[in-house]
Order: sequence, then C-alpha cells, then structure tokens
Amino acid sequence: MLIETRDLRKIYQVGDTVVVALDGVNVAVEKGEFLGVMGPSGSGKSTFMNVVGCLDQPTSGQYLFEGRDVSRLDPDTLAEIRNRKIGFVFQGFNLLPRATAQENVALPLLYSRVPAKERAERAMAALKAVGLEGREHHRPTQLSGGQQQRVAIARALVNDAAIIFADEPTGNLDTRASREIMELFVRLNEEKGITVIVVTHDPDTASFSKRIIRFLDGRIVADDRNGGQGA
Amino acid sequence: MNGLVSTFRIAVEALWVNKMRSFLTMLGIIIGVGAVIAMLAVGEGASRKISQQISTLGSNLLIVLPGSVTSGGIRMGSGTQMTLNMADAEAIEKECPAVEAVSPILNGVAQVVYGNANWSTGVYGAGVSILTIRDLALTSGRPFTEQDIRSAAKVCLIGQTVADNLFGDMDPTGQIVRIKKVPFTVIGLLEPKGQSLMGQDQDDVVYIPITTAQKRIFGTHFAGMVRSIMVKAKSADDLPAAESQVNALLRQRHRIGPKGEADFSVRNLTQMLQVAEQSTKVMTLLLGAIASVSLLVGGIGIMNIMLVSVTERTREIGIRMAVGAKIRDIRFQFLVEALTLSFFGGMIGVMAGVTASWVITALAGWATVITPLSIGLAVGFSGLVGIFFGYYPAYKASLLNPIEALRHE
Repeated sequence: MLIETRDLRKIYQVGDTVVVALDGVNVAVEKGEFLGVMGPSGSGKSTFMNVVGCLDQPTSGQYLFEGRDVSRLDPDTLAEIRNRKIGFVFQGFNLLPRATAQENVALPLLYSRVPAKERAERAMAALKAVGLEGREHHRPTQLSGGQQQRVAIARALVNDAAIIFADEPTGNLDTRASREIMELFVRLNEEKGITVIVVTHDPDTASFSKRIIRFLDGRIVADDRNGGQGA
Repeated sequence: MNGLVSTFRIAVEALWVNKMRSFLTMLGIIIGVGAVIAMLAVGEGASRKISQQISTLGSNLLIVLPGSVTSGGIRMGSGTQMTLNMADAEAIEKECPAVEAVSPILNGVAQVVYGNANWSTGVYGAGVSILTIRDLALTSGRPFTEQDIRSAAKVCLIGQTVADNLFGDMDPTGQIVRIKKVPFTVIGLLEPKGQSLMGQDQDDVVYIPITTAQKRIFGTHFAGMVRSIMVKAKSADDLPAAESQVNALLRQRHRIGPKGEADFSVRNLTQMLQVAEQSTKVMTLLLGAIASVSLLVGGIGIMNIMLVSVTERTREIGIRMAVGAKIRDIRFQFLVEALTLSFFGGMIGVMAGVTASWVITALAGWATVITPLSIGLAVGFSGLVGIFFGYYPAYKASLLNPIEALRHE
C-alpha cells in the first residue's frame, strides 16, 4: 500500500472559529493507481492533498506513506520525502520566473545534492519525456500555459517520484491543452507506473482517472472505481 | 559542497534583478568599509610619522639641561647659567650603569665660510660618541676619533643642507672651511635626516669636537662648561633607570640635598614622542570606531532589504520547499544573498577607502598608510555585519509554511 490514512483529522483555528477541514478520513491508495479527488471548494480536498503530499501535518490520526507513519515527522524529514518520492503539479504552474525550463526541472535535484552535470542531464531527459526538447533554455514567460504545465510535470518526474499530486492541473488551461496534459498523466501512469492523484472540481479532468473519491465537509462521501477512461 | 556554486549563482541572479536596490544596499557597506579604511589610514599615517621622528631624534635619548639657579634670592631663568661641565658628562658615562654613551654639547650659531660662499648654521661641539647617540650616519668621510677630541683638532662633520649651500654638488670631505675665522677640515658628510617634529631642518648643522668648541669657538668664562649633555640609555627599557641614575648622580655632584631644587633638568624626548604616538593611536582607534558605526548602519540596510526580499519571494520559497528544500537550504540561500551584498560591498569599499586615502594625501597633504590589517579588519567586520544582519531575514524565510507560501500572491 502506497498511501493509507486512518481517521485523519485536520482542524484549523481561524480567529474564534474552528474549521474542521478533515473530519476522519480513511483511504488507501495502491501503487500505480490513477485517483481523482473531487468535491466543492471548502470540502477538504486541498487539505487532503497537502497532508497526503507531506506538505502539512494532520491534527490527529495516522498517515502511512509506503507503510511508514509520517504523520508526526519534522519539517526537514517531510521535505526529504517530498524531494525523493513526491512530485507536485499546481494550477498556477509555480515555476521560478527567472530560471530556464531546464533549471526549473533540475530544482529538486539541487536539494538532493546531485552534481551539476548530472542535474542538467536528468533535467533534459525529463523535459524530453514530456515532449519539450528544444525548449530547455526558455523561461516560463516564453512558454504557453500547456508548456509551462509540462515543465512542472517534468520537474515532478525528475527525481523518479513514486507519486505525482496534481492540484487543479488544468485550471489555467484551455480545453486542448487540458486534454494534452491529462493524456500525459495517463501515459506516465500507464507506461511508468507512476501513481497519480489529481485534485479537481472539473468532471472532464476527473474523468481520466480510474478511481474517484468525493469530499464533502471534510469527509469522503463516495469512492467510485469507474475502471477506465471517460470523456 | 556542490550546492554552493548554485546557491551563490541564485543569490547573484536574485540581486541582479533589482540592480538599483542591491547597489543602494551595498552603498551602505561601501561607505562603511571605505570610511573605516580611510580613517585607519589617516591614523596610521600620523602614528608612522611620529615613529619616524623618534628614530631621527636618536633612540633612547636623554638630554640634561642646566636648570634655574637662585642667586642672591633672585631666581634666574632655566639655562641662564651654565651649571654643567665636562666632568659631569664623564661621571655620567663612568658611573651610570644604564647609560650606553654620553656626549657633552656646547653649541651656538656661527658663520661658516668656504671660498666666497658663506652660511649661518648651528655649530655643535660634541663628544666622540655623538654619531651613536643621535643615530647619525655618514655619507662619506670618517667620524671623530678620541684623538680629535683630546687634541682639540680643527675638524668638522657637516650636514647636507650646509654642504649644499657651501659646496653645491662638490664632495666636501677634505675641504677647508672657516668657522669664526678658524680653519676646519671637513672630515665627513652626514646622511640627511630631514625635518624634526617641530619643523626644524636637522641637516642644517656642523659638528666639531667639544674641546675645539670650548677653546676656539665658544670660549666660556669657566673652562670645561657645557650647554647640555646628551645621554643614550642602553635600551628603551633602561631609559627610566638611566634618568634616575643621572638625576641622582648630578644631585650628588652638585651637592643638592634631597629637598633642594636641582640646577639641572633631565628631559626624556623619546618618552614625550612616545606619549604623542600613544595619543595618535587612541585617535586612530576612535576614528575607526566612529567609521564602524556607518558600517553597522549599512548592515541594518542589508537586513531591511533582505526582509523585503523574503516577503517578495514568499512564493519562490514555497516552490523550493515543495520540491524538497530543507529549513537549512532556505536559510543558507538568503544568508548567502546577504553575504554576497556585504562581500561585494566590502570589496568596492576597500577600493573606495584606498582611493579616499589617496585623495586625502593629495589634497590635505596628510600622510596615510594602508595596512593589510586595516583592510582585513574592514572586510572581516563587513562580513560579520552581513552574517549578523542577514541571519534574521534568512531565519524568517526558513520558518515559512510551504502551503501558505505557495498561496502567496
């Protein structure tokens, strides 16, 4: 089991009001799954991704990542897990504006102390895998939205991540680019066996996943395995 | 440390994006380091000048001068009476263990004539060891011998200024000059010493044997009287001992009781200059300390800009954290950025300080000396300022929550 949560809770205190973002979530994701996470805004799906993506710690409950309880680890150990096992793709791409595509892709390797030459080579290979060879020296502003998102995917791939979290990956893209990006995820999932978790409120985007869980008020209200691609 | 080069490059690039802002921030450090270096250079220059004076005066030197005497209830001014004689000088040399050499001095102003050229100068009757005592060297010729002194030989040593005025470019040794109509053979030319602390030309001088001075040039009423006695102590550490030994000996010889007023005084010129040197050093320290304040202000400028930079780049920090940057990676990155500012500021500041010292010398005519120590001190201090004022912003950046940092617009 790649991901397993037991009664996961996340409670925020905003001023005087207590917000229960996750209210006892139990879910298990196996290696190689393509999971869609849906729900209206404020349902807890983003908090779920942050906790499961080791960006945040749960208030209570257990989270086992590759069988290891990571719910009480310190920020540096979580950073190391993110660096070696997890790739992120965001709605706003979140690339460094002043760095080239290649430098953006190589960023995770910088923090795993990979030598400069190897960083450049592996970044090139990752860019090639997402179909961006020849664009390695472009800066994000010189690339289209779809290309920027593919740079972000290459960055998620570069450290041979076991799992990619995508938070509204098509939110800033047009229909065609959205489709290309989702098809890229499907290809990575099927050819390389990379686990993909896509958080979205868009049914079209979610339809690429093999399994969809739905959040409402911090709880999972549905867990469907639709067993193939839609759309 | 393979990340160091990348981190440094990231820092330079980040600073390059806001060129003007980075430069203005550096300016604080540039001015601070420049001021420290220039101030230390001015202070060091002054203190070197005084040290030079000490060495031209002759090291470890005491001068015994006649004091005031009371005659019939009337106190006469210091030096009006000649209370010192040759026997005093000989006794000091023989009986004071801390003394290395002694020379009695009988001096005055006299006209020196060579051919149709003449020049008025200070003529000093002195003992055989005068060259040792005043740390004088000869450009050409020979020093006085015991024989010259004993026989009251008509020989002289002349200073560069006197030689220039009487002989021009000619070698004066072996020539005959007339001092108060008495012919003297020039036996040596003294090496130039330059100006004294009071602006006196120390090369405008003629030395003749003390005995000759007494008998032929400055004849005195009482034979054997001298105007002053120069005493060289064995070492700087022996100076105080020599001073008290000379004092005690002369009191005894002049039959002055413990409560009586001495008819002579012993002056320690080296000590006076050393006091001056000491006060210059204190001044240098003070100037340096004031200049360091501007360096500190420059450091606050760095902290200010780094805090702004951390806020502006919150999202970047979030991205770096999301892909696996640890707390120390973020902290290190911003610290390197602050250090880059202070380092380049320090480098330019060194150049500014050197230029400023040069301008001070050119315009104000003050001697300035830049020592490696002052450069090291200024650069080291600016580095410390960079670390000290860069740490807090870097620490603040590293404590950001990655999720909130990623949401930051």
